[in-house]
Amino acid sequence: MSTALHNLVNQPYKHGFVTDIETEAVPKGLSEDVIRLISKKKNEPEWLLEFRLQAYRHWLTMEEPSWANVNYPKIDFQDIIYFAQPKPKKQLASMDEVDPELRRTFEKLGVPLHEQKLMTGVAVDVIFDSVSVTTTYKAKLAEIGIIFCSFSEAVRDYPDLVKQYLGSVVPSGDNFYAALNSAVFTDGSFCFIPKGTKCPMDLSTYFRINTEGSGQFERTLIIAEEGSSVCYLEGCTAPQFDTNQLHAAVVELVALDNADIKYSTVQNWYAGDENGKGGIYNFVTKRGLCKGINSKISWTQVETGSAITWKYPSCVLLGDNSIGEFYSVALTNHLQQADTGTKMIHVGKNTRSKIIAKGISAGRSNNSYRGLVKVGSRAAGARNYSQCDSMLIGDRCIANTFPTIDVQNTTATIEHEASTSKIGEDQMFFFAQRGIGSEEAISMIINGFCKDVFVHLPMEFAVEATKLLGLKLEGSVG
Amino acid sequence: MINKDSKVLLEVKNLRAEVGGVQILKGVDLTIRTGEVHAIMGINGSGKSTFSKVLAGHPDYAVTGGTASFEGKDLFSLEPEERARAGLFLAFQYPVEIPGVSNSALLRLAYNTLQSERGLEELDPLEFEDLVQEKLKVVEMDPSFLGRSVNEGFSGGEKKRNEILQMAVLAPRLAILDETDSGLDIDALRIVANGVNSLLSPDNAVVMVTHYQRLLNYIVPDYVHVMDGGRIVRTGDKNLALELEARGYDWLRAAA
Ligand SMILES: Nc1ncnc2c1ncn2[C@@H]1O[C@H](COP(=O)(O)OP(=O)(O)OP(=O)(O)O)[C@@H](O)[C@H]1O
Ligand SMILES: [Mg+2]
Repeated sequence: MSTALHNLVNQPYKHGFVTDIETEAVPKGLSEDVIRLISKKKNEPEWLLEFRLQAYRHWLTMEEPSWANVNYPKIDFQDIIYFAQPKPKKQLASMDEVDPELRRTFEKLGVPLHEQKLMTGVAVDVIFDSVSVTTTYKAKLAEIGIIFCSFSEAVRDYPDLVKQYLGSVVPSGDNFYAALNSAVFTDGSFCFIPKGTKCPMDLSTYFRINTEGSGQFERTLIIAEEGSSVCYLEGCTAPQFDTNQLHAAVVELVALDNADIKYSTVQNWYAGDENGKGGIYNFVTKRGLCKGINSKISWTQVETGSAITWKYPSCVLLGDNSIGEFYSVALTNHLQQADTGTKMIHVGKNTRSKIIAKGISAGRSNNSYRGLVKVGSRAAGARNYSQCDSMLIGDRCIANTFPTIDVQNTTATIEHEASTSKIGEDQMFFFAQRGIGSEEAISMIINGFCKDVFVHLPMEFAVEATKLLGLKLEGSVG
Repeated sequence: MINKDSKVLLEVKNLRAEVGGVQILKGVDLTIRTGEVHAIMGINGSGKSTFSKVLAGHPDYAVTGGTASFEGKDLFSLEPEERARAGLFLAFQYPVEIPGVSNSALLRLAYNTLQSERGLEELDPLEFEDLVQEKLKVVEMDPSFLGRSVNEGFSGGEKKRNEILQMAVLAPRLAILDETDSGLDIDALRIVANGVNSLLSPDNAVVMVTHYQRLLNYIVPDYVHVMDGGRIVRTGDKNLALELEARGYDWLRAAA
């Protein structure tokens, strides 16, 4: 194939600006003292400090995982800022009190921070570096018993709920990065939907890393009580730095009897430049527990950013008849590496799971799907359907699938389909010969390839995702 | 139909081109006027597909000499998509599959791109549906093909028919059909040939690259060219094809 195909002219990352805002940071490095300092700065109760310290001590005994199909230089965990917050920090009573510089940032990012914009019906929690800046629409949600606030506020105002559920899905020692997060997490979102309540609007969090050299360790906890339902959206961006930044978040979802949680992510962290310099290391643990009968957790993710993605949003299907779903588009270009997929753990009877994973690789990137479908001995009648499709754009990228199936109940039904297709010069020439330019061609191909996933995104997210993927691939073919 | 007064659509002079560092076209001359039907024949590897792809602007092929003008414009100064929008259409010898993109979506985008290029109105999906239903009849294709991904899982013959469907929708000024007849069954050949005939007008022209007389029985050429070693070595009327059918190519090469 000729060089034309590799004539990569990537659209510059448009969220790569740094906001000039004073931040207050704890010095670089990690120790029990740093953890105590973070905990103190946040006025945390003793039990939470204990939770952190326990996680930290466990973390010290753990090895960084090396099984993922990604390569990066060893991370120096003492060279990371574990806590950075915009200054001055005071309680914000209304939107108008938010630092104007910060507000401009979010306007640039397209985050609807103003009350009027909120009338569009999305409640937003904004995490800037490590601290939750504002949670909007709170009062209105509170009227029907829904709690949607920053993690810090939840610790202060609803300690019993946090204590009950924190670490109940992702134990503090679950894995290396989860343990690290448990030790140093600084903020995040908390959401509680009481019994029988359908959340009347989509809840949304925007994460932003701003300070160079800082890690982001946020924690999200969503609890849907019996018969409730919620749709949660998460978006992420970061400025452009030459150094790599670590993002190690933990997301825990709990669905009780007949509850339904839908969690959607459009991840556009900075991916590094075309030579692989800079970018976010996105090492995230996301897990949902379908605790009750007939409960349902559905993950939808569009992963486009990050230098490295290591992420497996999973479902533990404990309740009988519970359902887990995973819809994913992972796009890698240039030298990006992604090792992402899901785990569906069938414990209860007649549990069902569905996995639709689409990987798009371009440039010299490396894109792996890794999945586990596990059916325990009690999970009679469990069913799984998995479909993993890879698309290669050009001939210097790599796509892999590593599906693992572990079935301990003979009544289970497992189906797995996989396909690989290639977009090369001949496809692009075909479009050109029909009068269609490469940008439009790419957008058509992407839309077609991803439609089974995009239909599960809320409308405006789907539009954004399509545009984003198009931008990311601009100029990568033909 | 030959009419010496009609407009010159394509004029190729001494065209040379290479691919992968190998010189394939070694001085092709060809003039096509509106209303004409041309056939290009020649042994395998003589450069027929190369010629077609060079005209359409495939990026793997480098023009190393000569000129080509399309309705007076320098063809080689145009990007491939600009050539297409100017009315040059290539039905591929080996149509590619486009996973995930439906035939109807492709057709509509291609059609609307052309319409806007020509300053004409674009059609919404419903209006386009009416148009495409008419065009399906030209090649007697089942409407179910519209919903399928472009060429994905199509049989060889279905892919060829699909190329002509695209031609019918896009109504090009000059269509180059690279072995569209190969792989068609007897009925399909007749249907596709009738379809192409119905698209011919005094304002457009068609070039058929073919190995077989049977296609030329349906679409009668005004000119038959023989390509050999990257050059057009002989041009005649429809009788030249009959002669080739009877005698093969050796006598021509011996004569050359
Ligand atoms: N990428 C390439 N590198 C080197 N040679 C090539 C390349 N592509 C095509 N060729 C050669 O160019 C010559 C002409 O090929 P072309 O496809 O134009 O022939 P053709 O006349 O269309 O043949 P057929 O009747 O079999 O379709 C062949 O010898 C072919 O092997
Ligand atoms: Mg050929």
